[in-house]
Amino acid sequence: MSGDTQQRADGADRVRDVALLRAMLRVRRFEERCAELYQQEKIRGFLHLYIGEEAVAAGVLQALGAEDAVVATYREHGHALLRGVSARAIMAEMYGKQEGCSRGRGGSMHLFDVATRFYGGNAIVGGGLPIAAGLALADALQRRPRVTACFFGDGAVAEGEFHETLNLAALWRLPVLFCCENNLYAMGTALARAQAQTNLAIKAAAYGMPAWTVDGMDVIAVADAATRAVAAVRAGAGPFFLELRTYRFRPHSMFDPELYRAKAEVEEWKQRDPIAALTARLRGAGLVDDAALAAIERDAQAEIDDAVAFAEAGSWEPVAELTRFVYSGPASAGAHT
Amino acid sequence: MTSSASLSAPTTSAAPAAPLGPLSSAPLAPPSAGAAPPGVVRTTYRNAIREAIRAAMLADERVFLMGEDVGRYGGCYAVSKGLLEEFGPERIRDTPLSESAFVGAGIGAALGGMRPIVEVMTCNFSLLALDQIMNNAAALLHMSGGQCNVPLVIRMATGAGRQVAAQHSHSLEGWYAHIPGIRILAPATIEDARGMLGTALRDSDPVLIFEHATLYSLEGDLAADAGEVPIDRAAVRRPGSRVSLITYGGTLRKTLQAAEQLATSGIDAEVIDLRTLRPLDTPTILESVRKTHRAVIVDEGWRSGSLSAEISARITEGVFFELDAPVARVCSAEVPMPYPRHLEEAALPQAEAIVAAARATIGADG
Repeated sequence: MSGDTQQRADGADRVRDVALLRAMLRVRRFEERCAELYQQEKIRGFLHLYIGEEAVAAGVLQALGAEDAVVATYREHGHALLRGVSARAIMAEMYGKQEGCSRGRGGSMHLFDVATRFYGGNAIVGGGLPIAAGLALADALQRRPRVTACFFGDGAVAEGEFHETLNLAALWRLPVLFCCENNLYAMGTALARAQAQTNLAIKAAAYGMPAWTVDGMDVIAVADAATRAVAAVRAGAGPFFLELRTYRFRPHSMFDPELYRAKAEVEEWKQRDPIAALTARLRGAGLVDDAALAAIERDAQAEIDDAVAFAEAGSWEPVAELTRFVYSGPASAGAHT
Repeated sequence: MTSSASLSAPTTSAAPAAPLGPLSSAPLAPPSAGAAPPGVVRTTYRNAIREAIRAAMLADERVFLMGEDVGRYGGCYAVSKGLLEEFGPERIRDTPLSESAFVGAGIGAALGGMRPIVEVMTCNFSLLALDQIMNNAAALLHMSGGQCNVPLVIRMATGAGRQVAAQHSHSLEGWYAHIPGIRILAPATIEDARGMLGTALRDSDPVLIFEHATLYSLEGDLAADAGEVPIDRAAVRRPGSRVSLITYGGTLRKTLQAAEQLATSGIDAEVIDLRTLRPLDTPTILESVRKTHRAVIVDEGWRSGSLSAEISARITEGVFFELDAPVARVCSAEVPMPYPRHLEEAALPQAEAIVAAARATIGADG
């Protein structure tokens, strides 16, 4: 590599790294507003915040192209936002308005957007993995060089569908990037209380695919690993597994008194906040300054304010349309019973 | 990046679905000893399904078959025998024993633009994939606000009668018929075995096809040009005036036998083959009961919380004042299926019980 090329690569990396900071901050601020809106009872039902884990979605999703597909979990606001679903459509969905990305039918846990190939928003732990394998199978059968990124947590590793799907994907060499967001707790059950083998990458390796363990609090490490993994999958090497070690700063949902973990542990992990870490790094390298950070914050707030206003102004779907979308075709109550 | 090769769109997808011919209302053809008449082929239920799969795969490159032992073994019930040789391992895919993964993969492939046929070996095994069927296939369209169609067909063997005991014999199609978002089919004739699959593959929503395991070897005549059939209507398999016998799938033949027995004593029974268990063709059921004023429902499922209960409720809701007798039901005994033949036969609906139930409705009329 010539010095000139090296310099250009560094320049590209710098642009990427600032974009990663912007991405993580968008997600963080969006979800902080969601928590406020939940207290105000604008958002109801379950609300699972990703705060603390932003480096995972930001690092992985920057490695994908527009033709690729994403399958995520019920803790997916950040993934949807960074995949390109508009903040307006996501916020309206949280409100249950018909302007939402799932017309209000899904809510926080079921964000869908076929235009950006964002296939949920899956709230059965492990249930999204077989779907990701199938999306990848369709690409393989149609000779499309696409990748399907499938996100799931450490809890899913205990489910049969995890094992069935990793085996199937490896056996058929399907183009899936498996992204295990290991935040150490399946709701309130610590990993070591659920798994005899807590090194999750070993399990994936046993199925015959490359499996890396990555520091999920370091967005640059995640981005680098994901970029290499996506390239391998797209080149036809079969599935790839990333175990991204991360931590959830907030409760599991809004109803969680957090009896299962020590406050000191949470505080310790907060010292590794991925946003603070990248900010310090970029400041140190002279890539961002106070003015640049303020601009990023301002942009994020403006986007969120606009999204909230959009959701507030949104409309409720008429009750007469209740039985729409159960089957394809026109709605008519009782027509399909 | 551009794709190196993409599948050609099927010729059928651009045009609206071709109009489907009327349902045959003829009784099931009795086995004929000689050669089939011109324009008719002698075949089996099994071969008719295979021919339906072949035709669909030839017509549409997006169609593929996957499941346990569908390829090299030729299918647990030999339905897919020879298809691996004809279409190759990419389109006839043997899967590991992992029902949840390969049913879910069928859902994902459908989302990705394919038209998968997933074979689950038996109805009892489908419970291992129930999460994918219920929480994903049936729900995705709705929870995505109309974005995610799942054009998937799942076929499975159902029912008892082969002495394979309590983990291979149950009729759970009534359970599946409880779920909004999916269509449930039960082909009881060779014509429907040949015709339902193709129509199901045109559906934008998930379709489950329940093939009664005792029917695979059923022989009969089939029009040489037999093709797709409607999947939204019940069929009157035997017109009659005194009592409506309402059934589907594996108990259709027993019900027709019962109707013949009733005819010998002057009771003219009508036999309805539901064909589609969800959505139910309620108008055809009610029209029949309006005419006969009596109904007997024959269902191989267990009685409690069954499809037969649902049909009985609809008759009560729809034509209560037309009834001359309480609605009667002939169902399976509420026991996991026993192994010995005499106990299995005792557990299942039989022609004698159907005859007795029908006579009772008429006796109740005084």
